[in-house]
Amino acid sequence: MDPFSNRKKFIIILAAAGFLALFGKLFYIQIIDSSYKVSAESNSQRIVTRYPARGLIYDRTGKLIVSNQAAYDVLVNPSQLQSFDTAALCKMLGITVDAARRAIDSAFRFSRYQPSEFVRQISVQEYAVLQEQLYKFPGFFVQPRTLRKYHTSGSSHLLGYVGEVDKSVIKKDPYYRMGDYIGISGIEKAYEEALRGRKGQEVLLVDVHGRVKGSFADGKFDRDAEVGEDLYTTIDLALQEYGEKLMQNMRGSIVAIEPQTGEILALVSSPGYDPALLVGRARAGNYARLAKDTLKPLFNRALMAKYPPGSTFKIMNALIGLKEGVIGTQTEFGCNMGIQIGGMFKRCHSHASPLDLRGAIQNSCNSYFFLTFRNIIENRNYKNSTEAYNAWRRYVMSFGFGKVLGSDLPNELGGFVPAEDYYNRYYGKNRWNAYTIISLGIGQGELGITPLQMANYAAIIANRGYYVIPHSVKEIENKTLERKFRERHFVAIDSSLFNPIIDGMQGAVNGPGTGTALIARLPNIIICGKTGTAQNPHGADHSIFIAFAPRDNPKIALSVYVENGGFGATYAAPVASLIIEKFLTDTITRPWLEQHVLNANLLYYNAPKRKNMVED
Amino acid sequence: MPQRGKIWSKIDWLTAVIYLILLIIGWLNVYAAVYTESHHPLFDISTRYTRQFLFILLALFLAFSAILIEVNFYTFFAYVIYAFGILALAGVLVAGKEINNARSWYSFGWFNIQPSEFAKLAVCFGLAKFYSTFNLKTDTLRTTLIAGALIILPMLLILMQPDTGSAIVFLAFLIPMYREGMPPFILIIGILAGILFFLALILDKLTIILLLAVLSAAGYYLWQKKWKEVIVGLFIPAAFWFIVHLIDRIGHLGVSSFLQWTISLVTGLFVIAFLAIRYRLKKVFVILGILVASISFTFSVEYVFDHFLNSYQKQRVRIMLNLEQDPQGVGYNQNQSKIAIGSGGFFGKGFLKGTQNKGEFVPEQSTDFIFCTIGEEWGFLGSLVVLVLYALLIFRLFQMAEKQRSRFSRFFGYSVASVFLLHVIVNIGMAIGLLPVIGIPLPFVSYGGSSLWAFTLMLFIFLRLDASRLEMLR
Ligand SMILES: [Zn+2]
Repeated sequence: MDPFSNRKKFIIILAAAGFLALFGKLFYIQIIDSSYKVSAESNSQRIVTRYPARGLIYDRTGKLIVSNQAAYDVLVNPSQLQSFDTAALCKMLGITVDAARRAIDSAFRFSRYQPSEFVRQISVQEYAVLQEQLYKFPGFFVQPRTLRKYHTSGSSHLLGYVGEVDKSVIKKDPYYRMGDYIGISGIEKAYEEALRGRKGQEVLLVDVHGRVKGSFADGKFDRDAEVGEDLYTTIDLALQEYGEKLMQNMRGSIVAIEPQTGEILALVSSPGYDPALLVGRARAGNYARLAKDTLKPLFNRALMAKYPPGSTFKIMNALIGLKEGVIGTQTEFGCNMGIQIGGMFKRCHSHASPLDLRGAIQNSCNSYFFLTFRNIIENRNYKNSTEAYNAWRRYVMSFGFGKVLGSDLPNELGGFVPAEDYYNRYYGKNRWNAYTIISLGIGQGELGITPLQMANYAAIIANRGYYVIPHSVKEIENKTLERKFRERHFVAIDSSLFNPIIDGMQGAVNGPGTGTALIARLPNIIICGKTGTAQNPHGADHSIFIAFAPRDNPKIALSVYVENGGFGATYAAPVASLIIEKFLTDTITRPWLEQHVLNANLLYYNAPKRKNMVED
Repeated sequence: MPQRGKIWSKIDWLTAVIYLILLIIGWLNVYAAVYTESHHPLFDISTRYTRQFLFILLALFLAFSAILIEVNFYTFFAYVIYAFGILALAGVLVAGKEINNARSWYSFGWFNIQPSEFAKLAVCFGLAKFYSTFNLKTDTLRTTLIAGALIILPMLLILMQPDTGSAIVFLAFLIPMYREGMPPFILIIGILAGILFFLALILDKLTIILLLAVLSAAGYYLWQKKWKEVIVGLFIPAAFWFIVHLIDRIGHLGVSSFLQWTISLVTGLFVIAFLAIRYRLKKVFVILGILVASISFTFSVEYVFDHFLNSYQKQRVRIMLNLEQDPQGVGYNQNQSKIAIGSGGFFGKGFLKGTQNKGEFVPEQSTDFIFCTIGEEWGFLGSLVVLVLYALLIFRLFQMAEKQRSRFSRFFGYSVASVFLLHVIVNIGMAIGLLPVIGIPLPFVSYGGSSLWAFTLMLFIFLRLDASRLEMLR
């Protein structure tokens, strides 16, 4: 009746085989294999995590920037505690009796049998004293850790810092345990997985007094820690430190990039702080102090501050004008201390008139670029000014503005290039035109651009039309660089259109005749640059300069921002010029210019806004 | 229809006694697992042993109720119960409480209900009902596919929580299906796919392909016992490889060895297929088909693994398959568990005398790793007693299932026994390091209400069916 009833045999055999396998393995580990046996004397194990040293960080020339130093955590195992001389222990460790009580209480709450932290990160000297006395304090033991050691007093925004992992991370990533260290910002965070290495463990036999009796099961369950991988950054430490020195009395930033590769040569955000402040036991206190500082030293201006680009954006409009054919290199516009446009008189400064495109960039003529921008927006090839504006915006976005560039540094912001909706909301649909938004012609108005984007912009001009996403790491031990940091992104402007603009930028620094940034001139190297001024409603305007050098086959492109620095030529251009000279020749031939910059006093000073100041 | 009082005399008391013994062993070990010297009020609702005590009381009540209910109720509402189980699984994805990154629980104050435990019971009902359909041909592919769908639906819902361990348990239903006539090749394919999945993650593709090719040739020989065709079949791709390799060497083309093998295998397979048509060797096609299917399966595993999982999920899979050990994660638990059990020796350290399980070295001590406590405190002797009890229970259930006259009861019985079997083998196997870590409870022993109640209902509903076996014919 049931043709399959004989199948029960197979099922019974299967089940029996399963039980036999369990029996066999149980017999093996409980009876035969003696490595699991724990004698009555030493009846518990202690698992000691072996912490790996984090990977080292080098600069592009192989100079060591970040290494490690030894420190020791004192741990306590509540179940092994016996009465001890609290006062003596506290004295040795430099803590109060109260703090010791609290630490022991919280250790009890965490677990009776698993060790908790008692005091963390005692120094090598303290450790030496403690170690001789440790036998008097059953239940306490010491675990070696490594802390960061910095070989520079700056670069803190770039490097980031390392701290204890918090609960939310532990929940998400099973690798981390309470008390582990993790990169919290900068390169330390971005390359955490490479830098951290791999924890190991050691299972020790411990007797009832908490004394280590040896390795459990001959080290069968031990695993060595794997040291973190070393990073070779793109940073030129000497240049970085020089930039920090120049900016010591100013607020602002320097971002320098090697144009062909997108490698970040220096990234200074001023004021900064000494990275050593955020190491070890002093970290929490110092961090709170830095966070409260009104100068915001923790704020990474280079990646997170947004300013209007000011006159540096005239280059952008010139390129779009050429590409759209609404101006030519020979187009001339007249300007007599300004022009009448859209029923308003827009001021300019004094310069020869009329100017062609090259001269307009060299002298940063406002009128020329108001008219260029008007021509772009009123271009007959588009249905209406909204369409033309959208086309303009697409060109701008192709330069990496208005979106996160995607560098390897965390917390990078995308800035702002208003979309059509923004103006529709503000003025109403079709209720705005070239004249309503004319200030975009000279880079003022609603634009928000970060210093990193601005440096990338300088690199695009230097490359005549492409960029590689800026990045701070050149090489990770045993790994190749991500592909996105090797790819070229081409902007929507033909590379042939860049040369007339570059002529203008050369003129601005080198003349002949007038130029807005002649102060930045170097005798043997052709620097191409453009000044800018970001309008600041709260005080004196911010000074901006973008540049690259040398003109042919450029090696460095950069943006410099000096907050409340006034005209671009006052401080930003000299800083840029000194940085370029330092990088290309490794010498400073103009001590007077360096002195001019170092004598600035803009850190606390916020100059009142000057009335009637005209764009430079 | 039997009289009310008579039903108790027909219950299989041996099974019920084993059940009670396991409950007691379970409670003692949950107590031991959470016991600390400083902490021993017997009734304290915040402790696991007190809660487990209340869970046991409710379980006994459920067992009692399951016996009192009429058999007709179970057969009549079987599909309704199945649907209810599925709804509960779907609902938990929406209304469930997230614990440890999985949405597996309905929360009711101090205790939570895990619908995936009850889903096993629901599937017992659904499948038993389906297999008892009048005139069903149980050995067809169609029947197997429908039954498979009834199993895969809850598995997918549980995988979405995600709770891989609980989903794997549903594979136990392949055993009753096999008993009722499922074509055996489905079991074989399942096992092969599992092995290939594992190999795909540890070996490189070239090795697997070559291995598969050699295995196909061996398979063909075992099937046909003809040397000639096997030798020709192996010779053709080898010859192609030799030619491709020679061209590469002479021309300095730098073709990777993977590509060289791919070219020679593909062309080789075409030539073999051509020869097979020429000489009308149908069976060669079967082998070639299996080979191609296995190779595609290998590649798709790799593809899915590389493209659809994030690094954290990959790590979990690798740890689960024992491909990677993380010092303090899942592999750590298993090491600790082995240390605890191994240190128990022959007689064990004695009740409440365990040091390893008290050391909180194993976090899931009272649930998935409860066997640690047994192994450490009661030693090999105690472990053996527990193993024997389970073996008695499970073989008894198989034997009773076989005695049923209705297919519904027989299928139900086989299902219950198979689910218990899988739980016991996997849970203990995991604790002693025989199997990768898959977090599922040990029936009647692990801490937790949902699993205890669901296992109790499964067992006692079958005991109730068994008590009425003489009245049920179909
Ligand atoms: Zn002008």
